[in-house]
Amino acid sequence: MSADLSDLYQQVILDHNKRPRNRGKLPTANRVAHGDNPSCGDQCSVYLRLDAGAPGQPERIAEISFDGSGCAISQASASLMTTQVKGKTAPEVEAMFQNFHHIVTTGETPEEISDLAAFAGVHSFPARIKCATLGWHATLNALHGEATPATTEKHTD
Amino acid sequence: MSLPWKNVRADFPILHQQVHGKPLVYLDSAATAQKPRTVIDALVHYYERDNSNVHRGLHALSMRATDAYEGARTRVAKFINAADPAEIIFTRGTTEGINLVARSYAATLKPGDVILCTEMEHHSNLVPWQQAAKASGATLRYVPVLGADAEGGLDLAALDTLLTPHVKVFAFTHISNTLGTINPAAELCRRARAVGAVSVIDGAQSIGHGPFDVRALGADFVAFSGHKMCGPTGIGVLYGRRALLDALAPDETGGGMVVSVTYEEAKWKPSPERFEAGTPNIADAIALGAACDYLDALGRDQIAQHDRHLAALAREKLSAIPDIRIIGPRAGGERSGLVSFAFADVHAHDVVTFADEDGIALRGGHHCNQPLMRKLGLTGTTRASFYLYNTEEEIDLLVASLRRIVKFFGGS
Repeated sequence: MSADLSDLYQQVILDHNKRPRNRGKLPTANRVAHGDNPSCGDQCSVYLRLDAGAPGQPERIAEISFDGSGCAISQASASLMTTQVKGKTAPEVEAMFQNFHHIVTTGETPEEISDLAAFAGVHSFPARIKCATLGWHATLNALHGEATPATTEKHTD
Repeated sequence: MSLPWKNVRADFPILHQQVHGKPLVYLDSAATAQKPRTVIDALVHYYERDNSNVHRGLHALSMRATDAYEGARTRVAKFINAADPAEIIFTRGTTEGINLVARSYAATLKPGDVILCTEMEHHSNLVPWQQAAKASGATLRYVPVLGADAEGGLDLAALDTLLTPHVKVFAFTHISNTLGTINPAAELCRRARAVGAVSVIDGAQSIGHGPFDVRALGADFVAFSGHKMCGPTGIGVLYGRRALLDALAPDETGGGMVVSVTYEEAKWKPSPERFEAGTPNIADAIALGAACDYLDALGRDQIAQHDRHLAALAREKLSAIPDIRIIGPRAGGERSGLVSFAFADVHAHDVVTFADEDGIALRGGHHCNQPLMRKLGLTGTTRASFYLYNTEEEIDLLVASLRRIVKFFGGS
């Protein structure tokens, strides 16, 4: 197996693909968004509960889950994302996505240790960037309360 | 095998390259076929020697270009045994041909009329009919596909109830691009005609893969693409029976398709000019003629035999891989030159990415067959499609690659 390919399919990614975290519908969700990738048929729905905890506090993701179907990259990325964004506010998630986007498009990993760095290998496979970002787009749409499905075709990735 | 087959790979310059350090194994001909040297040469020759606009030209180059372009039309007519070259309309491809027929018929259909398709249609022979149904108020119905893996082909018994005199158009694929199923096109055309419906065949997957005789099939319309039969992209053909074409309104209007024009109105030329407004795709049409020559010289019966032999062999060898689900006709059943399969735990796009590292070009996804995928409970399949330049050794390379992929994902 080539170095590029083993970089793409890191152990973390294979693990999340095989044993996805937070998979399924969330009955308590107050935000839902669906993402799809029309060119390859990948789908990802994100369910989350935004909760301020106490009056005057910013809303944070109290619970999150996803379901859908797609390649190992899209499913593992969505799974890993749910573990990373829990407890975060919308601006914090946006900042995390900017970091993640930078990782998958450049292959550069941030100095702080993060499981998201497992996706650095994606940058050698430009066609797969949209797989890695699908779940993130759905989550951002859910946070912004957009009712329309997220589609990777609209984003510049 | 006859002599030309010995050197057939040598005719295709593109095959002699390495991908990721491995010899290219091109198993994606159902998406687009590779081009032999003669087809590439025809393009170069045209642009270097004869390039000029066709028709209406009185200078030498224009006459040469016109002769070559109309010669290609005659050549294609012979390739599919059409009665008259005027029955050959050059299009951009299968999709444009079907759209032309669908839009034209949409104007004549009315509520109560039925358009009949099948559940195995490519989006290109499905969405245009949805649009025609919406525009006209006609009803769109589908002939079901039988079997959990679509192994049973079309439900021909259901045709008895579906094919009523209300059906005005019966549009179906000759060979499924996803399943590899070969439909009984002649029988379907005959049954359509018996109730007064016109038949529209999507010939994209069959045209370059064996004999194709529109008159023996009894087809009213056939659409196909040049690039799937070793010709260039951007050129295709809509065949229509002359009587039907002459009754069909043009889809696009403009120069080249009119007899006379005043500031108030215009009169249409007969087919094929009526349907070819503007400067046509001259170079690619001429090269399509060269592709016809190439396939006929090899022998289209032999091509069919070769493709189907490889697909049957691939089906047999692939079925020994653990947890593989092969869709389409069963072992021993008639199958065209492609095999579609899925793994329970490995997504098609991961399969394609891994195989690519081994230099093997496959296609993964829904193959523009989303409703069929949904019916079969699949999100996509991986497809290996074979053509005249593929070999048995390439199947062994495919099987070895797939075994590595299954082991990699299974072992994680």
